[in-house]
Amino acid sequence: MLHTTIGNIGHLCIILSFVASVIATFGYFKSVQTTDLAQQESWKRFSRFAFYTHGIAVVGVIIALFSIIYNHYFEYHYAWSHSSRALPVYYIISCFWEGQEGSFLLWIFWHAVLGVVLINTNKHWEAPVMAIFAAVQTFLCSMILGVVLPVIDLKIGSSPFLLLREAMPDLPVWQMKPDFIAEDGNGLNPLLQNYWMVIHPPTLFLGFATTLIPFAYAMAGLWRREFTAWIRPALPWALFSGLVLGVGIIMGGYWAYETLNFGGYWNWDPVENASFVPWLVLVAAYHCMIIYKTNQTALGTSFILVIATFILVLYSTFLNRSGVLGDASVHSFTDLGLSGQLLIYLFFFLIASIILLIVRWKDIPKDEKEVSTYSREFWIFMGATTLCLSGFQIITATSLPVYNKIVEGLGFVSKLAPPADAATYYSKFQLWFGVGIAVFSGIGQSFWWKKIKQDNFIKFFLTPFLVSLVLTFVVIFFTTKTQTGDFFDSPTYIVLLFAGIFSILTNGSILMDIFKGNYKLSGGAVTHIGVAMMLLGILFSSGYSKIVSMNDSGMKIFNEKDLEGENANANKEHLALWLNTPTQMDNYTLTYKGVRVEGRELPEYLRPEQVEIIENDFHAIALQDIEQKGKKYYSKGDTLPVFPENKYYEIDFRDKDGRVTTLYPRFQINKKMGNSVSPDLKRNAGKDLYTYVAQAPDLDNREWSKTENYTIAVKDTFFLNDYVAVLDNVARVDTFEGKPLGANNAAVQATIKVMGKEFIQYEIKPTFVIRDGMVAMPPVEKDEVGIRAKFTNIDPKTGKFGFAFNFTQKDYVVLKAIEKPLINLLWIGTLVLMLGFIMAIIRRYREFKLMRDKGV
Amino acid sequence: MKKTHIFGLIIIAIAVAILVSTGTEASTYTDFTDAESKAKNGDVSQVHVVGKLKKSASGEIEDIIYNPAIDANHLEFTLTDNKGRSQKVVYNAPKPQDLGKAEQIVIIGSMEGQVFKCDKILLKCPSKYQEGKVEFKEVEKPAKQS
Repeated sequence: MLHTTIGNIGHLCIILSFVASVIATFGYFKSVQTTDLAQQESWKRFSRFAFYTHGIAVVGVIIALFSIIYNHYFEYHYAWSHSSRALPVYYIISCFWEGQEGSFLLWIFWHAVLGVVLINTNKHWEAPVMAIFAAVQTFLCSMILGVVLPVIDLKIGSSPFLLLREAMPDLPVWQMKPDFIAEDGNGLNPLLQNYWMVIHPPTLFLGFATTLIPFAYAMAGLWRREFTAWIRPALPWALFSGLVLGVGIIMGGYWAYETLNFGGYWNWDPVENASFVPWLVLVAAYHCMIIYKTNQTALGTSFILVIATFILVLYSTFLNRSGVLGDASVHSFTDLGLSGQLLIYLFFFLIASIILLIVRWKDIPKDEKEVSTYSREFWIFMGATTLCLSGFQIITATSLPVYNKIVEGLGFVSKLAPPADAATYYSKFQLWFGVGIAVFSGIGQSFWWKKIKQDNFIKFFLTPFLVSLVLTFVVIFFTTKTQTGDFFDSPTYIVLLFAGIFSILTNGSILMDIFKGNYKLSGGAVTHIGVAMMLLGILFSSGYSKIVSMNDSGMKIFNEKDLEGENANANKEHLALWLNTPTQMDNYTLTYKGVRVEGRELPEYLRPEQVEIIENDFHAIALQDIEQKGKKYYSKGDTLPVFPENKYYEIDFRDKDGRVTTLYPRFQINKKMGNSVSPDLKRNAGKDLYTYVAQAPDLDNREWSKTENYTIAVKDTFFLNDYVAVLDNVARVDTFEGKPLGANNAAVQATIKVMGKEFIQYEIKPTFVIRDGMVAMPPVEKDEVGIRAKFTNIDPKTGKFGFAFNFTQKDYVVLKAIEKPLINLLWIGTLVLMLGFIMAIIRRYREFKLMRDKGV
Repeated sequence: MKKTHIFGLIIIAIAVAILVSTGTEASTYTDFTDAESKAKNGDVSQVHVVGKLKKSASGEIEDIIYNPAIDANHLEFTLTDNKGRSQKVVYNAPKPQDLGKAEQIVIIGSMEGQVFKCDKILLKCPSKYQEGKVEFKEVEKPAKQS
């Protein structure tokens, strides 16, 4: 039976939320435009009601969509394409925002929540700010409206409540069975089955949503000609936005580092860049906003930057969701054909804000006098400029696919591709912007708190300069000494190192001074120290990351041709590890111990022989009693929940002191969505060892070769699967399969020794059994060498024995391992940055509240 | 000239430098013939080539060499670009796991003599969104979660 009611309710709520937001926009607009106070109030009350209705409708949409996903109503396209029965509840939440419609909903939801907060905290600005809010909501709701205009046959938005048969009307199944309901959904992309997928998108979208608040205040300020008053209420929100968006971006970076295997925390992927650039501009905007009082030039700049931040968020949305990036990104959303609507959204706010800014520009207070080089405004301005240039460089390169589209749209041919080596390309510029940000943040912060003039400028900065210089050389010395890296190979790194140390020193000394007075004012200094630590963390972990799996074994013996030929200088960054064969890698001895299975409710991994996974299900049957950490979890024959897609490769790392760490890099096998790789990390205070499996054979589908029969005598030497093998002995045994044999039964066991890689010996022991007059020759497998053996015959006349062998793919993994020194500095710096932001938000919110309650 | 003007000019100069470098350092999408003529003219920049792998009727990739026992970092295959030219490609890294599933691949690198040496492979796999291809199974009884 189709559950059509819930979808209809959901769709009705979407339409209601759309209509309510249109009404709220209109009402708030009227309230700002009318001069009559009573009318203003009444329009405001009316629109407030409309906005609340909108908010309730949005919650209704979310409840409807969530219950469809949660109850596995696979007659709905959204549930079918993003969810499946095997998913645990916490991932069902992530299914909600995996698709475009759901993530739009998440965004709309945050806007609605923030709108309600603003209505209740700031009555003075309610009407103009909420007019902007409601207008934005109108555009966003239109994206999921899913309504086809009659007559002109124009589809507006894509509804998440489409039934499968509406979304895919061409499937032949509908003709045979119109009521068909799929048994299971496609499931969540395995890459996204991660707790970060539960918290990263809501954080990021809250970050995007909050950029609307300073924008709405700025527009309101221009609209009502209150050119300076908007800054105070907007300031804490701009900071909050900076914090949340920043945290959202870093979360993505950490996720990428820990699970997604981009090789690091930042991949210069267009979607990452497109979220980072608004953040940079937002931070620049915030700095201009705090200096507007003493320098009114900063006021005009504040308007421009706050508007630019919001427009960049819209641009990033367009890049992300319109399909224009195509192959250039890993974060591709499905193209829902919303490009046109997204462009209208972008251009509406771009043009409206530019026109409003131009019309009002001459009225914005400006300073005619020069800014002195020895003023705090000048240095903060320099910092803000650096941030903007940094953002400009990133967005310019990120937009390459957009230029192609524009040029093609004009009828020409453009085949520009992103830079082949993105990291090198971006770093070349961003390193210098990093230097600028570090230095200006140190100098600017000093100017902010100290009385620095032209005559004491040199005196003031000489000490931190010299101390930083000394410390820089100390760090270079230790970096070389510990063989982490060689700074003289890349002199530009020295500049960044110096700048980072200088920033920590100057901001640190200011911090000490402020702490003696009122620590609540030290948010800025704390944040700057966090940024400097992050820069140093990035410098070391990326600049001096070292591939430790450099492969110099194997090929020398086998492939001499390659050594002389075209591959002589090729980078061999991966190492093949054969099952149970210790291999030397840098300072470690590595042993690959085999594939492991992940139980859903178990503290440790399972060996594959312990369970049999039920096909097309997420359960397995225990083949033996399962005991872990001294506790018995399952008995033989029990059914247990597992993650059938996840394969873990157990790899032991033994260092020179004999300490063993076991890492479990992961492979996820998903027939529908392709496989994905996740690294495992060995975390140390000083550096992380980052490893992942780049290649592994598909052992589930391995094929055995044709049977080969051998007749051999004891001590004969022969070849098996390219290995040297010896029939060591043949002996009578009294037990078979763990049980003693009866009186009339007999068993003979052969021991075949196989010389594996690295001269490690493996024993294969097939048995020939006579039980109750019947002959049995059970096959024995040895995965390490890929051999299956059967003891087939005993010939007493010749003293020879018969064996049947099959060969297969040997079990191995190809590993890449990278050392990332001082990466923890990056994460600690992030925490310090967050702390600084929070301190600054509290301070600025108190200021705003104080002034609001005074009625200023 | 006022200081602000100088400041402005410097910023504009940096911005122009960024634009120019983006234009010159961007890679290009091209084909093997063009990549070859580039390499012959001494242009060492890396290009993007989009192409298809040669597959047998059963979906196996033909002309592919990857043997981890000999060298885990050596993959050879033949790619046919959009103009129909087939070219031997060498990739000094393990075989990407989903290579066989890819409909189309993008390789980034340059021609070196008779082979195309690629540094990066981007796969375009048939995603789950190509829904027409997905096999369905019918529900037997009303769906209830166990």
